[in-house]
Formats: sequence, structure tokens, C-alpha cells
Amino acid sequence: MSLSLNEQERTIAAGQDSPAMAMRIVAESARLLGAPRLIPIASAHIDGALYHGDSGTLFAERLVAGGARVVVRSTLNVGALDLTGCSRGRLEEPARGMARRMMDAYRKLGCEPSWTCAPYQAGHRPAFGSDVAWGESNAVVFCNSALGARTNRYGDFLDIACAISGRAPDCGLHRPENRGARLVFDLRKLPVAFTRSEIAWPVLGSLYGRLVGDTVGVVVGVDAHPGDDALKAFGAAAASTGEVGLFHIAGVTPEAPDLATALGEQSPETSIVVTDQMARDAQVRLSTAESVDRVDAVAIGSPHLSAAEVERLEALIAGRKLAVPLYACTGRHVLASLEADGRRKALEAAGVVVVADTCVVVTPILPDRTGGVLMTNSGKFAQYAPGNTGYAVLYGSMAECVESAVAGRPAYAGPAA
Amino acid sequence: MTGADTSPQKEPPPQRLLAEVLVPGTAGTGEALVLSAPISFWGGVDPASGRIADVRHPEHGATIAGKILFLPGTIGSSSASAVLLELVRNGHAPTAIVMHEPDAILLLGIIVAREMGWPTPVAVRLDSGQFPTFACARVVVGADGSIRIADSVCEPAEIKT
Repeated sequence: MSLSLNEQERTIAAGQDSPAMAMRIVAESARLLGAPRLIPIASAHIDGALYHGDSGTLFAERLVAGGARVVVRSTLNVGALDLTGCSRGRLEEPARGMARRMMDAYRKLGCEPSWTCAPYQAGHRPAFGSDVAWGESNAVVFCNSALGARTNRYGDFLDIACAISGRAPDCGLHRPENRGARLVFDLRKLPVAFTRSEIAWPVLGSLYGRLVGDTVGVVVGVDAHPGDDALKAFGAAAASTGEVGLFHIAGVTPEAPDLATALGEQSPETSIVVTDQMARDAQVRLSTAESVDRVDAVAIGSPHLSAAEVERLEALIAGRKLAVPLYACTGRHVLASLEADGRRKALEAAGVVVVADTCVVVTPILPDRTGGVLMTNSGKFAQYAPGNTGYAVLYGSMAECVESAVAGRPAYAGPAA
Repeated sequence: MTGADTSPQKEPPPQRLLAEVLVPGTAGTGEALVLSAPISFWGGVDPASGRIADVRHPEHGATIAGKILFLPGTIGSSSASAVLLELVRNGHAPTAIVMHEPDAILLLGIIVAREMGWPTPVAVRLDSGQFPTFACARVVVGADGSIRIADSVCEPAEIKT
């Protein structure tokens, strides 16, 4: 079926200004995706303001110069710079200036300077069943899965073009018939001691992404809602190992009141019964360090730490001094409360480096150290840190991360043998 | 927005095919680079030089700049379009892209480059079963989607059936 635009869309696309350019970009993408029409969107989350090269800056500035503004609520994902000044990255001129210009241009387009990969914890929670255009893989997964709003995985340029035109291609996860689960991911054989542990969600997420990919799956064997931070960790890890856009958890997520509903009353095509061994192997795979005798830095907060996660960090540090730096990545939505009562200063005095607006795997913040070892509790950091930072990864719980930072060497039990 | 639809006037000569134009662009001539495995542009291709940076890719170290790039498949990354746009801007893009399957995210890089007014390579769709015909050759891809061999630059590997 070929794409047909309505009269208003055709009129806008025929213009000379940058709203016309945005409409043409959405329409051309829709044509390549095989979408029959465009649909209105309720909001956007823009991943395109992270500097990858000068061309992206020039594109954003062209949109600004041509008079474009976003027509729906649009939050911004992380940029390449920490504009709050909490941390100082190593990105050098002229890239630094171009990255700054890019972030400025997206603000001029009317996007909110949220600069976070967890917009859903910063007050941006689209309504169940609404169509939105979100970028950033973890945000896409959370939006679809935990909120039940509908988005495909929007990338650079298309995200902002959708926000300016207020339209998205009608295909993929916008269509209800593509949202039912075709696969069951069964956790019922796992020991309760593991599923209740802090690392269960990121570890199982990385396993889920690797095994399930872009198929929509439903997780069974979860008794109660584990909380947004758990779903955040699961989705982020899953989207870092596979092209996951939507998962369901029977009895937990909004499109899965029960297993049969999640499956759309169909039989699943595949069932994966997760064993204790599979979970332990997945945990082992998150570490790439060859030995566990050193740690040079600790990084947490991918996706960005919530207020509750920062409170847990403070409780675990418990007034002690860290021997190696702990990079705590978060957003302005959390930073505001840390500034208000001196908590940021206390964390920094203990040896924590607060990183806002960005994170340590998308821009050079960690010291340039060949052969360095980074400890993390994030499945997503574990996946991307080796390629993006050059550090080998040691994966552990937040408690193990803090104890290691205090001791200056790994305080690490590792997966049970 | 619509490209001219030119139908062939007569039966194409041998080793000349008419492929579907995915995104219109400038006709290109260059040495064919036929990739033997799918590639992720983000992380797999250096946006500054066009060199294949993925150490696990069979054509690691080759450059896509100035080539007629035959892509058997792409590995999705939402930043693939940003890499291709950067290559177009800095002059290290392929001179034409021949894809087995359209990848909307990658091709978005060309769509945006056209909107920016930068000269862009034409992108066409061709079944990857036809790719070996063009290995080791200088290839011309027309703006109408025609693909032909200009001359051979090395002995093509014998295809055993």
C-alpha cells in the first residue's frame, strides 16, 4: 500500500520553510517503512541532540533558522555536555562548541531541557494507548511496556521531524495488531533468592534482549509489580542486547492483566523457560574484566538514577569516604532536590562525581586509562562501556559497587558457582 | 518529492539491470564494494573517514568512501542515519548505495542530506543474489536506478553452481 497524505499534510510538505522540511522527512520515512498514512502524536522524546558530528548540528540549526517549533510536548534525551557544571567532560574543541550549539538549537526548537534518558521519571508519562514518537532505546521500551503508550524506535532526525510536524508513520508498534506477545519468557523455574535480588532485573533484561530481539514477548512468573526502577533496569538492559521495543509482564504491565490477554488470546509461537544456569551465565557475560583484582572507577545511573536510587546510594555510602571515584549519572529532575539541602555537596565530599545532562558512556568523562576496570550495576553500562570507554567491566549490585569504591578494590561475590 | 519514472526503452544489455530507486540522488560511478555480511553503520563505520571500523566485520579496514556500496543487510541502530549524513557532508559517502532490503533509518541520512541541499548518492534496491556479478568491477548506477559494469578491475571469483 502506498502512502497517502491528507490535504493539510500535503500543503505543509509543499512549503519552503523548515516545518515543510520536517513534514517531508516524516513522509519519506513513512514511504520507506511502508506506512499507508501518518497519524497525530501526543508527545515526543528527542534523542537527536547528542553530538555525533557537525552535520547533526547544522541540521538542527537549519530547522531553527527556518522557523520550526515543536507542536507537541518534547523532552530532550542526554546531550554530550553536562551543562549543569557538576562534571567536566573531556570533549575538546571544536567538537565541544559544536555539541553546545546542537544542544542550544534543540532548545530553540521548543524542546524541554530535561536532558535525561529517564523522562518517564521526570514527569513525562504519556497516557495509556496514546501515540507518541520517542527516541532512546530504554525510553522507547519503558514508554511502550510500562506506560502502554505507543511508539516505534525513533532515531536521529526523525524524532524531531515528528515533533515539529506532530505526525508519525502509521506502522509497527503504533498498530494494536503488532503489540500482542508471540513469545513467553518464563521465570517460574528461577530460585526466589535470585528473582528477589537487586541484580535480577538487569541480568534478566540482558538475557531477554539477546534471546528475544524484536519479537514482542511476555514475562511470566512475577508475583507483584517490582517498581518502575526494576522495569527501567530490565528494559534498558534488554534494549542494549536486542532490538526490543515492547515487552509485557503478565499481571504487571498495563497491556498484560493476564497471560492470555498479553498473548492476544493466541498460542505463543515460542516459550523460553529461564533456568538458574541461564541466569548465572547472563550475569557472568555482563563482566568483561579478565580478573577481579582491581577497580579504577565505578559508574551507576544508566538509565539515569531516580530519586529513590540516589537515596539508596546515600544509605549504602553511609558517611564513608570512597577510595576510587563513583560516577553517579542522573537528571536535573533529581539534581534539584539534591541541591536544595546540600546533599550533592555531601556526596561529592565522599568521592562521588555527580554527572547530569549526559552520562559516562556517551561522552568522554572517565579518565582516559588503557586497561582500566569499571564496575557498574547497570546492564546497559555493562554492554556499552567496553566499546565506548575502553574500560573493561565488572558487573555487580549497587551494594557491591559502593563497597568496592570504598575499599578501592572489588568487594565482589560474583555469581554463585 | 517524486523522482522521474523512466522506463527502459528496450531490453537492457547483459550486466545492466534496472533497480528500484529507494531515494533519488546523483548518478554514481565507482569501484564496487560488495559486503559479505550485514553491517551496523553506527559503531561499524567511522563517520570521519568511511572506513569499516567493526573488527568483527569481514571487510574490516576497507573504505566505503567513493565506492558503489552493495549492502546485503544492515544491523539496526537508531544512529545509522547520523553516520551516513556525516559521511555525505564530509565527502566520504559511497557514490551509490545498492541494498537488498530498504533500511528506513539508514536511508533517513540521505533524505536529510537532500533536504540540506547537499549532493547525495542514489540508493537503489537489488536482490543480493545479483551482487556477485558486480564484484571486482567499476560500476555505474544511474539516477534512474540502472546498474551496469563500466569495466572489470580484477578477475571475478568463479561462481560454482
